[in-house]
Amino acid sequence: MLRLFPAAALFVLLAPVAAGLAGILLPAFGYLPTLGHDDVSLEPFRQLFAMPGLARSALLSFGTGLATTAIAFAVVILFVAGWRGTRLFRTLEGLVSPLLSVPHAAAAFGLLFLIAPAGFLVRLVSPELTGWERPPDLLIVQDRLGLAMSFGLIIKEIPFLLLMTLAALPQARVAEMERMTAALGYGRVVGFMHGVLPALYRQVRLAVLAVLAYATSVVDVAIILGPTTPAPLAVRVLDWRNDPDLGGHLLAGAGAVLQIGVTGAAILAWLAGERACGALARVIAKTGWRATADSWLRGLSAGLIILSAATILAGIALLGLWSIAGPWRFPDALPAAVSLATWMRVGPGLLGPLRDTLLLAVSTSFAAVALALGALEREARLGRAAAGRGLRLLYIPLLVPQVAFLFGLQILFSWLGLDGAFPAMLLSHLVFVFPYVFLSLSDPWWSWDPHYGQLTRALGHGPSFVFWRVRLPMLARPVLTAAALGFAVSIGLYLPTLLIGGGRWPTITTETLALASGGDRKIAGATALLQALLPFLGFAAAAVITSVLFRNRRALRSSG
Amino acid sequence: MTADRRPEHGLVLQDVRIRLDGELLVAIDAAVAPGETLTLMGPSGVGKSTLLAFVAGFLGSDFEATGRVALNGRDVTALPAERRGIGLLFQDALLLPHLSVGGNLLIGLRPDVRGREARHRAIEAALAEFGLHGFAARDPATLSGGQAARVALMRTLLARPEALILDEPFSRLDAGLRGQIRELVFAESRKHGLPVLLVTHDPADAEAAGGRVIELG
Amino acid sequence: MRFLFALLLSLIIAVPIARAETSDPSNWNAVLSQAKGQTVYFHAWGGEARINDYIEWAGKTVEDRFGVRVTHVKVSDTAEVVSRVLTDKAAGRSEGGKVDLVWINGENFAAMKREGLLQPAAWATKLPNYRFVDVANKPSVERDFTVPVDGLEAPWGMAKLVFFHDEARFQKPPASAASLGRWISENPGRFTYPQPPDFSGTTFLKQLLVELTPNPAALQAPATDENFPAAVAPLFAWLDAAHPNFWRSARAFPRDYGGLRQLLADGEIDIAFAFNPADASSAIANGELPDTVRSFVFPAGTLGNTHFVAIPFNAAAAAGAMVFADFLLSPEAQARKEDAAIWGDPTVLAVDKLPLEDVTRFAAVERGIATLRPEELGPVLAEPHPSWVERIETEWARRYGVIQ
Repeated sequence: MLRLFPAAALFVLLAPVAAGLAGILLPAFGYLPTLGHDDVSLEPFRQLFAMPGLARSALLSFGTGLATTAIAFAVVILFVAGWRGTRLFRTLEGLVSPLLSVPHAAAAFGLLFLIAPAGFLVRLVSPELTGWERPPDLLIVQDRLGLAMSFGLIIKEIPFLLLMTLAALPQARVAEMERMTAALGYGRVVGFMHGVLPALYRQVRLAVLAVLAYATSVVDVAIILGPTTPAPLAVRVLDWRNDPDLGGHLLAGAGAVLQIGVTGAAILAWLAGERACGALARVIAKTGWRATADSWLRGLSAGLIILSAATILAGIALLGLWSIAGPWRFPDALPAAVSLATWMRVGPGLLGPLRDTLLLAVSTSFAAVALALGALEREARLGRAAAGRGLRLLYIPLLVPQVAFLFGLQILFSWLGLDGAFPAMLLSHLVFVFPYVFLSLSDPWWSWDPHYGQLTRALGHGPSFVFWRVRLPMLARPVLTAAALGFAVSIGLYLPTLLIGGGRWPTITTETLALASGGDRKIAGATALLQALLPFLGFAAAAVITSVLFRNRRALRSSG
Repeated sequence: MTADRRPEHGLVLQDVRIRLDGELLVAIDAAVAPGETLTLMGPSGVGKSTLLAFVAGFLGSDFEATGRVALNGRDVTALPAERRGIGLLFQDALLLPHLSVGGNLLIGLRPDVRGREARHRAIEAALAEFGLHGFAARDPATLSGGQAARVALMRTLLARPEALILDEPFSRLDAGLRGQIRELVFAESRKHGLPVLLVTHDPADAEAAGGRVIELG
Repeated sequence: MRFLFALLLSLIIAVPIARAETSDPSNWNAVLSQAKGQTVYFHAWGGEARINDYIEWAGKTVEDRFGVRVTHVKVSDTAEVVSRVLTDKAAGRSEGGKVDLVWINGENFAAMKREGLLQPAAWATKLPNYRFVDVANKPSVERDFTVPVDGLEAPWGMAKLVFFHDEARFQKPPASAASLGRWISENPGRFTYPQPPDFSGTTFLKQLLVELTPNPAALQAPATDENFPAAVAPLFAWLDAAHPNFWRSARAFPRDYGGLRQLLADGEIDIAFAFNPADASSAIANGELPDTVRSFVFPAGTLGNTHFVAIPFNAAAAAGAMVFADFLLSPEAQARKEDAAIWGDPTVLAVDKLPLEDVTRFAAVERGIATLRPEELGPVLAEPHPSWVERIETEWARRYGVIQ
């Protein structure tokens, strides 16, 4: 039975991606017989390249993807380098999970309500400081360079990269390295770069690439904060698909192929950048530059991380404020009245989506954890010291743009009569949730001291006993964290739920975007707030369960 | 009681050769009589732990091994680790952190002691015998080094092993404790007539063991 | 043995026959009994809470009376639904579709009709309540943006393009496309429209087109390569002149109608527009807009049309959908819909031809503080043929979709 696990995981996760890709490759070349397109041709691509501003859209996606990933990664690394082991670090370590659990769309709404010309920050200073009685005509949100969108991406990427970095730190022997580089006279930051970063980066590389791939093909954040003239490529692909007049599936297929190209190009550019940075680092290392006066750099990194965390939290608070606001006109800094009217109005209608959201998220995270544990246990029993090469394939769903294979997957499920059915929903969520769960679980799994297992076996117990009664309990904290992460990812999924669900699975996330199309900030605030709080419950539950389970076990209570 | 010196009794390593990538790493041919200790010494990386892993049943798939391991007349070479009946002690006590001291001991207690009552009485008896009366409910993380070492030894012995493998078991203990625990371990192994394979850097350990010493590498 | 074979054969024959039976509203009792117990998934725009509430009321009533459960699937854009049904067709899924009824009109209806995504036979005209529909005075119930309805969708409400502004900010609103252009140049940064191909954005463009084009009658026929450039030249001239004075200098546009309304609520723009004449009153009642907001129209006329509900070709609960559509057409439901306290959407029925009790029902309807009375709504300009919109969208994207 266990034999099936890695193969099952691979199949269950790669088959939909493969099927989905086939589902866009064929229309991209003009072949969609059920809709009357029988001949293979390059017409869709011709149409695609005739689209106005295509290069701008592609370049926008490419550029914002690279820039946001680089900035977020730099901020995280500088912060870890400069502040590891300090109290500030521990505080932010504790905040990582709650920040991470806020879905992208909710964070984007929060940011929108914060920085838009009619948003909270402007209201705070108007009209007293600025003299503005009406919002200024400034292109802040939807700006053409995508800066607002980038900001929205960066504040969400930072907690994720921080989590991955923290998980990888133990392997990189940080404490020893820091002592050594300090003893050699290096400042904290540069010492970290030379001593720890090479080993650390190898561990987090896949996570970084996943962030990059997401940033180049993001849809919901781009809709909320991104430019519209032209919009980033993925948004346009979605629009094309929804417009049968413009060529619908065929054009969207061609566009999706282009999106894969853009994401692929971004990844290649990043890899080239890795080489360049490595070469640069070697050159700098040879000069022996100590950079002891790095307190300004440390200050900057702390400031940036605190800013990003504060932005998310302020955004959530603002969502909450809007949800209980009565009439709130510009330029009032606070609502004229507070009331629960909005909650009472949308509340009952949200119960159904809430139930569906929880059902889907709990089942998905449970399935993902079970699948991950099964695959890891199988690898362990085969005696491999670390995750096998084959399992790296599991990250493919994170690197392929959602927009690229979801359309094809929708066609496949519709053909099978499974669209809107629970197994189809579970599978499509699993495709995205599993890689994160696996990433999160993999390092703690392999860091577990195998001597415990050997001892227990020598006492006369079989491998199953070791798994269920020794390894699993000892890894309860990482397992619960991984489950909470999977729960959070599932809640935030928009496109998969929308497309595969066929309207039968309204989740809090899809309802948020549907209700927000009406323009009432109060309603958008309420639903987005709910969307933001739900994943946090998952992490809170994980923390509570762990402390109850291990209330008398000191070794397992603190993070190992 | 004198240990029986016939080859059917005790631990027998017959023509054991372990290779890594074609290169011969360890070669040994030896027998350890019940109650006796065979000490393996040598520089790091020479293959001592690899040999222990082979005898215990945990040799990694990267290695190729030939030869035979027999215990009290049984050929255990092909048996999985849990069926060999060979106890393990490592550098660290490695008490399972999610179980209490009593829970750790229960993991070790062989299954033919049936029933909750009987099993708990056996645990308490063992704890009392080793001077840790009343420790059953304790959190292992609260134990001192010496206490933990004693619990680890107890746990191993409760499984009624037919042999013991010790992988540098005293090196983490501080000097004063080391002698005590060493005495205890060898007293028990002699008492139960267990052949012991000891790997160590410390010549004092070898001396206390009293048996043959083989230098590997 | 032979008996088993016969049984098997009869099952094989019976099943396709069972499937082939489509709901024919001429036999309404059969439809009612078929519909009982079905669940209708009604895909409708979910951006306005009051409309959502109304749909919920209608659903509950239909469930109580006819045993048909209605689930409102909130969509942010009807084009998504068209896409979903199209995907079903692409997958060869000709029954058991996830969409039973969709709120639709205009280009989306034209697309669905063209791609064969609707129920093949006319059903709407056979609904019991269809006899009350004001076909004589409301021609758009039979021609949806000049495309013949052919009974493939059931009318639901009337829409008319109305503008609205805050009287507290300025008093005399513009009265035509030309005067709007002048107003924009005098009030820079205070006007915009949702980015095409959003429905309300293209509606505004159509309004300009109908007013500015040299030969309005040509718009009723399909656009061709020959007549298109000359017909739309004035439109794009107007846009070229006005865009530099737009909100954000036309470097960005609100994404949809909701975005536009929010801009008015925040005071970023001074004029907005909607298809529902009671929309301003709704927003005031919601607390989004101040109560000094008032609607206005162009005296020469603004676009008007009908919005409908349609049943896709592969709907799983077609009978239930028909029952619900018929209820939506009932005088009771239509009067309640027209009440500005509830929704304020004008009726498609010929009120004067209704039974007396229903006439009184309509007379008692509250219109709302910001809503123009029906006689104040002004002439209805006919919608152009959908092909004009397609070309305008493409041309707009070429000219303004990418800001350098």
